[in-house]
Amino acid sequence: MTNSGLGSLNPNQPKTAAMAERMAEVKGRSLWADARRRFLRNRAAMVSLVVLIAVLLFAFFGHYLTPWDNETIDWNVLGNVREKGAPSFATRHYFGFDDSGRDLYSRVVQGTQISLMVGVVGAAIAVLVGTVYGAIAGFVGGRVDSVMMRFVDLAMSIPYMFVLILLLVVFGRSVTMLFVGIGLTAWLDMSRIVRGQTLSIKNKEFIEAAEATGVPWFTIIRRHIVPNLLGVVVVYATLLVPNMILTESFISFLGLGVQEPLTSWGALISEGTRTMSYGTLWQLFFPLSFFVVSIFAFFFIGDGLRDALDPKDR
Amino acid sequence: MLSFILRRLAVAIPTLLVLVVASFYLMQFAPGGPFTSERPLPPQVLANIEAKYGLNEPTWKQLVNYVGGILTEFDFGPSYKYKDRTVNDIIAQGFPVTLKYGSISFVVAILVGGILGIAAAVRQNSWLDYFAVGLTIGAQVLPNFVMAPILILIFTLWLGWLPGGGWNGGQWQYLVMPVIALSTSYMASIARLTRSSMLEVLRSNFIRTARAKGLPNHVIIWRHALKPTLLPVVSYLGPAFVGMVTGSFIIDSIFSTGGIGYFYVNAAFNRDYAVMMGLTILLGSMTILFNMLVDILYAWIDPKIRL
Repeated sequence: MTNSGLGSLNPNQPKTAAMAERMAEVKGRSLWADARRRFLRNRAAMVSLVVLIAVLLFAFFGHYLTPWDNETIDWNVLGNVREKGAPSFATRHYFGFDDSGRDLYSRVVQGTQISLMVGVVGAAIAVLVGTVYGAIAGFVGGRVDSVMMRFVDLAMSIPYMFVLILLLVVFGRSVTMLFVGIGLTAWLDMSRIVRGQTLSIKNKEFIEAAEATGVPWFTIIRRHIVPNLLGVVVVYATLLVPNMILTESFISFLGLGVQEPLTSWGALISEGTRTMSYGTLWQLFFPLSFFVVSIFAFFFIGDGLRDALDPKDR
Repeated sequence: MLSFILRRLAVAIPTLLVLVVASFYLMQFAPGGPFTSERPLPPQVLANIEAKYGLNEPTWKQLVNYVGGILTEFDFGPSYKYKDRTVNDIIAQGFPVTLKYGSISFVVAILVGGILGIAAAVRQNSWLDYFAVGLTIGAQVLPNFVMAPILILIFTLWLGWLPGGGWNGGQWQYLVMPVIALSTSYMASIARLTRSSMLEVLRSNFIRTARAKGLPNHVIIWRHALKPTLLPVVSYLGPAFVGMVTGSFIIDSIFSTGGIGYFYVNAAFNRDYAVMMGLTILLGSMTILFNMLVDILYAWIDPKIRL
């Protein structure tokens, strides 16, 4: 931090006329500007942000860097992946081959796309549903609230992994079914958190003022309550993304998630695990590294956002 | 206390019912009956088989019979894929295995995690503390399906110390890696919880009083600080237990330990709906009951919860 910036605002310093003039120009920091400043100063979170952007770029543009696609099977390599399938820059198979003789780099690009998509879209759905549900329950209150939250209690105590697997088996394994299955339970936590926040915001004076002037209740939720919830929601949403990815990878690792020819980090790790005793360790190493690094980054960013947005810490 | 237990039961029993009814009706949605195969059976034969298993009755009656069988005789019904095997056989074969490595992992996670958390809090900002914090961060990204391959890579393929899989009656060599893989992430969570909880307790007034009285440090920690520290940890036992049960899917599939998770995943692949349903109901109700017990235990320790 430089002395000329914040230091000059120190009230203990002698107040000259020029300084007073400058102080008048200085704008107050809003909640968000303050949070952004705190976030930018968090080194782990900033590094993670850079890493994550790199992973995103890899997912979207990675396939431009290679002449190989994720479907073509190299019949010369198939059956002898151990000797001929190792990573090599000369052949431009950067990550080597997978067990079926396909280019592993392209497979990892594809897996990264799907895992990130499941994480982000799944979290977005969960956040949307959970926020609306929790905000309504907390705002309306009374009997509606207790019925709505009783339902959440009940749904939460059902072990969701079994339900998810049952759904995938009964309705067939597809990415859509994964979304539905994961989304069915992921919004529950969110709704609880949002409800708690809503309850505490609801009794503030500005809500009373809005009610007194006859603003309809849905508008109150949309205009006054939801914006004030955003901090909590943003933090929780960033932490939800890696959890979604973890769940999806768990399911795909078991072979019950995304199906060939689609793939995801979990499916690739699973394949790498099955083949590692043959000595084709790159098949485990690359997907595993992408998985671990990205999940790390998500958690650090979530932590950084929590530190930045949590008013208790001020 | 009694009213708390009753209220908790009022949540647990409907949940159990929802679980049973939902998984039963899901099976009715499943494409194809249990006996549709590539070579269609003659209608009379099919009718006879369905009559034998009671599948010709209305759905609600099947459900009643099924639940009745579980409650009165602990009978989870037959497997439709393997004629000579019932769900009870599968439970009898797989459950002891899962219970063994699961309960060892549970104990290891609590003991090691708890002690690590307490030690880290007592020696805050020492190398031990940094180690514990580092472990808790690292373990977040090392779920069991990441831990297990890494362990096999190190201990089986490189060092050759431990067998890469199998069960062999549960000899210790076959237990080490499943237990580490299963317990690490929960151990880390417990360590983190214990650490932050202990730090909070150590700053509270009654600890200051104890110090002012001149009590030795170990008495303060073990006699005064320990009990309030463990409160938040107790509430984590429920999720940890669930994680151990679902984690067994991964453990059994990587280490070929042959626990209940193996049969569950296998049934999912073979579309053996009857086995899936039986195991879902068994494991699901165990989870629900365990969560209820943990809640009651928590309320018993901390009266504030009973409100």
